[in-house]
Amino acid sequence: MTAIAARARHELIGLLGVVERNWYLVKRYAMWELAFFVWTIANTLSIVFISKAAGLPPDQENRLTTVLLIGAVIWAYLGIIFEILTETVAWERWEGTIEYTFMAPLSRPVHLIGMGLFAIAYGLVRATLIFAVVAAMFGLHMPDANFATALVLLGIASVSFIGIGMMTAVLPLISPEKGTQLGFMAQGIMLVVSGVYYPVSVLPQWMQWISTISPATYALRGIRAAILEGATPADVWGDIWPLLLIGAVAIPLGLWVFRRGEQYAKRHGKLKRSG
Amino acid sequence: MFAGSEVHALSVENLRKEFVRKDGRKRTRVDALRGVTFELGRGECIAILGQNGSGKSTLVRLLSTLLIPDGGSARIFGHDIAETRTVRTMVNRVSVEASFFKKMSATENLAYAARFYGLTPRETRERIPVILDRVGFPVSRRTHAMEHLSRGTQQKVALARALLTSPVLLLLDEPTTGLDPRSKLEVQDFIREVRAIHDTTILLCTHDLAEAEVLAERIGILDDGRLLCLEPADEIKDRYGVETLEEAFFAATGRTFEDEREEEEEEVRA
Repeated sequence: MTAIAARARHELIGLLGVVERNWYLVKRYAMWELAFFVWTIANTLSIVFISKAAGLPPDQENRLTTVLLIGAVIWAYLGIIFEILTETVAWERWEGTIEYTFMAPLSRPVHLIGMGLFAIAYGLVRATLIFAVVAAMFGLHMPDANFATALVLLGIASVSFIGIGMMTAVLPLISPEKGTQLGFMAQGIMLVVSGVYYPVSVLPQWMQWISTISPATYALRGIRAAILEGATPADVWGDIWPLLLIGAVAIPLGLWVFRRGEQYAKRHGKLKRSG
Repeated sequence: MFAGSEVHALSVENLRKEFVRKDGRKRTRVDALRGVTFELGRGECIAILGQNGSGKSTLVRLLSTLLIPDGGSARIFGHDIAETRTVRTMVNRVSVEASFFKKMSATENLAYAARFYGLTPRETRERIPVILDRVGFPVSRRTHAMEHLSRGTQQKVALARALLTSPVLLLLDEPTTGLDPRSKLEVQDFIREVRAIHDTTILLCTHDLAEAEVLAERIGILDDGRLLCLEPADEIKDRYGVETLEEAFFAATGRTFEDEREEEEEEVRA
């Protein structure tokens, strides 16, 4: 076996280890996962019920409910992605395992991509369940929905979300006390400018400019078109190509930012849990 | 690469590390290691004695690639610690805190950690029971969450985790601190066994003078970031003209281990 093949094999096994560890944790915290799911459902309902108060005719109410539900589900999905990636540092620091993970011969890109892959798989399951449960509760009709296109868009957008998540994941390394909260802040800002519950056109011009670099803008618009109008990937190409472009920049940038943060932590002795 | 016996297992030269401590707007530079130099032969075990804040853990973290040095160099079997990937395949560590995902079992913790070192599920299915058995870990508790295990048992799992990856250099940072006497002896026996069977080179940082004397061929005294000596225990005693290692430590540093115990108690009370 050549050195490159051996190295690739090692990295692949390491990536499996990252996913495996996260799966063990989901199993061990099963009841907490259930509690978190109930909370996410409640959070989604608190948004979706707005459509009931709008006093619209049934077909328009159905449409508004679906628009709000997509926004709430994407919010929840993004929250999961950011949370899992932030745990790359935050949870490990809390458990005290971070030094063992960071001294292992696993490249940081593979480590982070492993976290990202698990986050996507876990987030997709959660988002699908939330969508299905709330849609069933409201008896939503989506006769034209093209779920395959919606999934394609979410998958492509996830690449950008992972890249941005890598940037926020490093924050607990720089500020052990407040870094995690900064991650939530980044998630909130991204969704505010991306039209999470409203069209981007209602935003002030300067926020609309920012929305053009947010992957959530294209994900929300494309997914709504797929579910409400049955758009195909070709129909939403105008949303897909910006996502591909942002993803191509976000992953290398995220890795670079994380590497800089890790180097900073190693220079200043901030990897360890205390002191 | 390197030429057999001429290459030391560990070669540290003028290694320096400083930290910046912030107190409000005031920044203070604190020297953690002030030009430490020593060498360690293959298969050798040395112990580094030092009080809290003497630089022991900083030395271990530098050799583990968890800190970036501010000066000097360290080479592990000829590889500079800046060659992080190569060095990481050769080194593992056991620290004073047996750090694990506490809800996960010993088997789960060992399995995922081994994956990072390239061990496949099939390999870990074979190796983990064997290594847990060797450290005296009860079979019936392999699926229990780590949080339900005693500190001594957790520390045995920590040793198992380190050995699972077959390190050629094992860094032990106070591995028996806080253990009851029986667990301490069991861990020490296991360290001896590892040396005898695997030819592993060991750097042991410890508070325990007796432990240092029984496990290590040479003993170093690290004080305020400076390595004052690194010699066999008898030579250290001769050098300072004293009968015990504790007296030698006092002669070298001007402090006793009793001072440190009192400091630790004050920290706990605080």
